[in-house]
Amino acid sequence: MRDFLHRHILASFRSPLLRDLPDASHLEAGIAFTTDGYVVDPIFFPGGDIGRLAVNGTVNDLVVSGARPQYLSLSLILEEGLPLADLKRILASIKSAAAAAGVEVVTGDTKVVRRGQADKVFIVTSGVGHILAKPAPAKVKPGDAVIVTGSLGEHSLAVLLARGDFSLSAKVKSDCAPLCFLLPLWKQGALWMRDITRGGLATILSELAERLPYSILIEEEKIPLSKAVRGAAELLGVDPLYLACEGRAVLVVPAKKAKAAIRSLRRHLQGRRATIIGRVENKVGRPGELLLATLAGGLRRLEPLTSELLPRIC
Amino acid sequence: MKEFRDRKVLAGLLRSIGRRAEQVGPPVRMMEVCGTHTMTIHRFGLQPLLEKAGVVMTSGPGCPVCITPDAYHEAAIGLMTRRPDTILATFGDMTRVPTRQGSLQTAIPAQGSRLKIVYSPQEVLETARQNPGREVVFFGVGFETTIPSIALTVKQAAQEQLSNFSVLSALWIIPPPLRAILESGEVRLQGFLYPGHVSAIIGLRPYAFVAEEFGLAGAVAGFEPADILLAVSSVLDQIIRKKPAVANEYSRVVREEGNPRARALMEEVLELKDAHWRGLGLIPKSGLKIKDSFGAWDAEKKHGLKLDPGSAELPGCRCGEVLRGVLAPPLCGLFGRKCRPESPLGPCMVSLEGACLVYYKYSRP
Amino acid sequence: MCLAVPAKIVSLDESRQGEVDYLGTRVKANFMLLEEAKPGDWVIVHAGFAISRMDEEEAQETLSLLRELASAQDP
Repeated sequence: MRDFLHRHILASFRSPLLRDLPDASHLEAGIAFTTDGYVVDPIFFPGGDIGRLAVNGTVNDLVVSGARPQYLSLSLILEEGLPLADLKRILASIKSAAAAAGVEVVTGDTKVVRRGQADKVFIVTSGVGHILAKPAPAKVKPGDAVIVTGSLGEHSLAVLLARGDFSLSAKVKSDCAPLCFLLPLWKQGALWMRDITRGGLATILSELAERLPYSILIEEEKIPLSKAVRGAAELLGVDPLYLACEGRAVLVVPAKKAKAAIRSLRRHLQGRRATIIGRVENKVGRPGELLLATLAGGLRRLEPLTSELLPRIC
Repeated sequence: MKEFRDRKVLAGLLRSIGRRAEQVGPPVRMMEVCGTHTMTIHRFGLQPLLEKAGVVMTSGPGCPVCITPDAYHEAAIGLMTRRPDTILATFGDMTRVPTRQGSLQTAIPAQGSRLKIVYSPQEVLETARQNPGREVVFFGVGFETTIPSIALTVKQAAQEQLSNFSVLSALWIIPPPLRAILESGEVRLQGFLYPGHVSAIIGLRPYAFVAEEFGLAGAVAGFEPADILLAVSSVLDQIIRKKPAVANEYSRVVREEGNPRARALMEEVLELKDAHWRGLGLIPKSGLKIKDSFGAWDAEKKHGLKLDPGSAELPGCRCGEVLRGVLAPPLCGLFGRKCRPESPLGPCMVSLEGACLVYYKYSRP
Repeated sequence: MCLAVPAKIVSLDESRQGEVDYLGTRVKANFMLLEEAKPGDWVIVHAGFAISRMDEEEAQETLSLLRELASAQDP
């Protein structure tokens, strides 16, 4: 996918703002701008639906880029025949998710296409917010702490199990939620943040590691996983480090500020399992590598996922 | 059960392995013949830790998807293409194995025919019951862990006289390739790790010839990191005492006599056949086929499928050498370059139990 | 299912089908390959079939051995 993006899509656009492929672009006048498309299948799943996802996904891209989310645009592409009750349910979700995230839907568009030309509903949301801080990955140095805000993989597994392809049932609910509670951390020393979406923690962190003249080391036994995710993932043969979330973030903060950051995160329900899982290193591995200290006491390199592990998760 | 992954436990086991390997004379070479063992070893980073302790692990033909030759997939593709409305059901990994005709996933079937991914043979039976007007073929692949389930499914189909169900069987048994590898003398080995769940079915006797005829030590291992290290330790013990045997280091699951009921089912429905293994060639009495008495549920008979043993692999693919234990995946020129999980050139990079995919995910240099 | 893991039987009917539980996840399983099986037993499930029962005593023995190793002094 990354290859495809670079070769065929980015080749057509020259803006310097795209150079680092940020989650949201910082524009003049202190405004951040982002957009995302949502094609999750199925559209309703334990813990959420496509509407809730469409709001939180875009809100979170702004938060992790250092901006307070304020306004959303909402573009709906509906397949003819979608039950009105389903549409109403999705709109209600969008409304309550927007309220919870403190954003307003201020512009939008609705299109209906013939039966079979879209799968029930696709949503595109764009978001704008005020820039609070500029992420500073260039300031990351050895000893800096790597923190995750909560347990991994719940969104992916909830969606996967909801597809009903497996004779498995588990109490897994999507973690889809807004990350606005992270905003104060931009003033408390946070250097870099990303929401842990497609590709999972291993992919997201590898992308940071690749840009650094250091390595990043994380510890397997520190990674928060719910019992349900542990069980279902083991049974399905999938690695939770590569499963997408929709309400979890990974951040890097200077070592001195790590404990305070954890305290700040744990004050919120969503951040109650926030944990320091590793650090930036210059004595282990090679620059650019993401390393995992395994439960067994071994060391393993984590590579980014370059192709879809699980399609249409978001 | 967390003791099986406890850092201190594993460190203690590794230390004792180091001491024993020192006595034998490192490096001590062992082979594991179970894809899930390969996965456990690499997922927990045990390979480099064992090497430091003086033990080198080589992976053998322990992945049933990997050792199934392309001829089987091509026969299945042929069937899907010729017969409209067929439902071909199989385990997920099988659908992505690339052949000269494409994979099951990409090869174009006849109008209306469908590929269904299942995790249990029972689901296929249910599909056949629910679709009486359509022909359902189960492309069943496996070692002795899976074979009894497939045999039971055929028996149930026969009992219900299900006329729209049959099985294209690619069933392989573990002991014969061990003999083939030892007789070829290609790989220098001092011991084996025997598969955990295959052994739960077949018990310990079938491996006795390895110790008695070839004088090689061996131990049945479970799937936690501690299980692997306990088994390696046991093999080293046998070498030191010069008493090669078949030790059971997975006694909480494996009984000496295995699972007689499962074996009885296998014997009722299936019989031995000589079979071609990817990479190992023709091995006598190494595969199982459906007996004539259950012939109506044998897809090969029912649909006149021909398995062409001369069917060639994709050019440049060295899966055969990986399966024989003579080529470590990272040393294959295609590994990580032209052959990657998203664009595999052979089954070892497709199957979750394939050595190449395991190395790619966990131990890329 | 690709991996065979130990799971606890939660239900079993006369047709010898039922469900097992692994860390809270429930999976359908067929118990016809086992001589005896009852709710509460721990079994290994592979491709939807229970292939072996876990022996409690042997499991405890192995666990004690490992616990000894865990508490052993470093040399």
